[in-house]
Amino acid sequence: MVDCMARVIEQHRLSADYFMLRLEAPEVTAIARPGQFVHVRVTGLGDAALRRPFSIYGADQGVLALVYKTVGRGTEQLARLATGDSVSVIGPLGNGFPLDCGERVPLLVAGGYGVAPLSFLARRLGRRGVLLVGARRADDILCTADFTDLAWDVRVATQDGSRGERGLVTDLLDACLATSPVVPAEIYACGPDGMLRAVGERAAAAGVRAWLSLDKHMVCGVGACLACVQRLRRADGTEWIGRVCHDGPVFEAREIVW
Amino acid sequence: MVNDIDLCVNLGGIAMKNPVAVASGTFGYGCEYAGLVDVSRLGAVTVKGVRLQPWPGNPLPRHVEVPGGMVNAIGLQGPGVDGLIRDYLPFLHGAGVPVIVNVWGTSEEEYAEVAARLDGVPGVAGIELNVSCPNVKEGGHAFGTDPRIVAALVAAVRRRTRLPLIPKLAPNVPAIAVFARAAEEAGADALSLINTIPAMVIDIETRRPVLANTVGGLSGPAIHPVAVKLVWEASRAVRIPILAMGGITGPEQAIEFMIAGAAAVAVGTANFIDPTTPLRVIAGIEAYCARHGLPSARALTGSIRI
Repeated sequence: MVDCMARVIEQHRLSADYFMLRLEAPEVTAIARPGQFVHVRVTGLGDAALRRPFSIYGADQGVLALVYKTVGRGTEQLARLATGDSVSVIGPLGNGFPLDCGERVPLLVAGGYGVAPLSFLARRLGRRGVLLVGARRADDILCTADFTDLAWDVRVATQDGSRGERGLVTDLLDACLATSPVVPAEIYACGPDGMLRAVGERAAAAGVRAWLSLDKHMVCGVGACLACVQRLRRADGTEWIGRVCHDGPVFEAREIVW
Repeated sequence: MVNDIDLCVNLGGIAMKNPVAVASGTFGYGCEYAGLVDVSRLGAVTVKGVRLQPWPGNPLPRHVEVPGGMVNAIGLQGPGVDGLIRDYLPFLHGAGVPVIVNVWGTSEEEYAEVAARLDGVPGVAGIELNVSCPNVKEGGHAFGTDPRIVAALVAAVRRRTRLPLIPKLAPNVPAIAVFARAAEEAGADALSLINTIPAMVIDIETRRPVLANTVGGLSGPAIHPVAVKLVWEASRAVRIPILAMGGITGPEQAIEFMIAGAAAVAVGTANFIDPTTPLRVIAGIEAYCARHGLPSARALTGSIRI
């Protein structure tokens, strides 16, 4: 991990509440892996404002790219930053997704902007797979072109039916796991806790490994403060308390005690 | 030009190469920040509160940001004193930085037993007695709101360890001087203040407390002037040195604490925001002393003009 000032190269709106921020941070991108995150001190929020964690959308040629939704004071201020501004970035942090899935087909499951780290993952996996992405409505479906550009099979579900199937991303997953060509698969998922839990249960039932990226409010980002802990289970059945920022954010579904 | 300033301080028997420590619970066990901060440059590291047995802490959410800081209710999650000694202390010992272990318990006997087990452990330079954590139902704060209980606890622990004892006092008491004197008379070697200030945040949409623990402790710049006042009052009441903390974000607040009467300071919540804060504070104290013609950081302590 490094602690650096990153210059804003450019920022633009993807859709209603979603932004893409591109930062010049070669020290971070040189070592970043899919599933890791950066901890950003949002310039202009004041001395006492905590850092905000963002999963990494892209890390190529020194450009650190983040895709985020404006959900509060921090992200609203972040969205005001323009070319030439600087932000303090600590990262990359966390463990990231394992990249070796052997002969299994990568099956990526995204909820809303949880698609961001999965796009980075798809570009680094070096093989084709399937993306299942779900959200409330069409405006919340992001970055699918990244996957079609890589000739991935992209399936979309929205709760209001405004894009793709009407329903939940887990409905897509059920359909997918019921058809043999995708199995054996290796699942990688990022989204809200409820979705991740449902994905984990389906993976267990299908006998498939599922790597889940948890999204928890964090303070220090490095494992010191114990604000983002998660109950976990070892292979021998004993439990322990992990730190999502340091021991995760990616855990295999069977490790997580919901 | 500032190289001849003597930054060494002695905190009740703990020799610190500079007056800047990091506060319990804000720097883990040191190893977590090792990639970002040269831990060996710190005056001391106070590690997260530990009791006899491992402790799971509180449910989530454990923190919430507020204007001027944050409110936390981590609940003293920790590996127990034996786990601390086995798994965490070797790193800090290897870094050559004095370690102050924050100790809590639910009985005098537990505090004393933890202290006894830490006596003689390589790297451990002192014990901060946590009598003021607002986030656990038993122990912690329950001991800190009656000066007789504080005195009895300090005396009980004193009998079981030779390590310097530093009670960490609660800020929300009517007269801090009474507690400071009680601790000193019972054998404390230094005082640590302040702990977080009991606080609460409610989500007005759901009408529920934001923290799973309902209440927590406020830290950050918001509490700094409160801490300065308490440090000033306590320092006038006792002869033992004071380790001051509460809302340090840069050298200015640390210098203010020392002028008020602190021998040393600890950076807390600011570590989460800028982990290099303690190093900036060390450099800033040195530069301030040079600018004001002070030969040492010790000369700052209690230099308030009233």
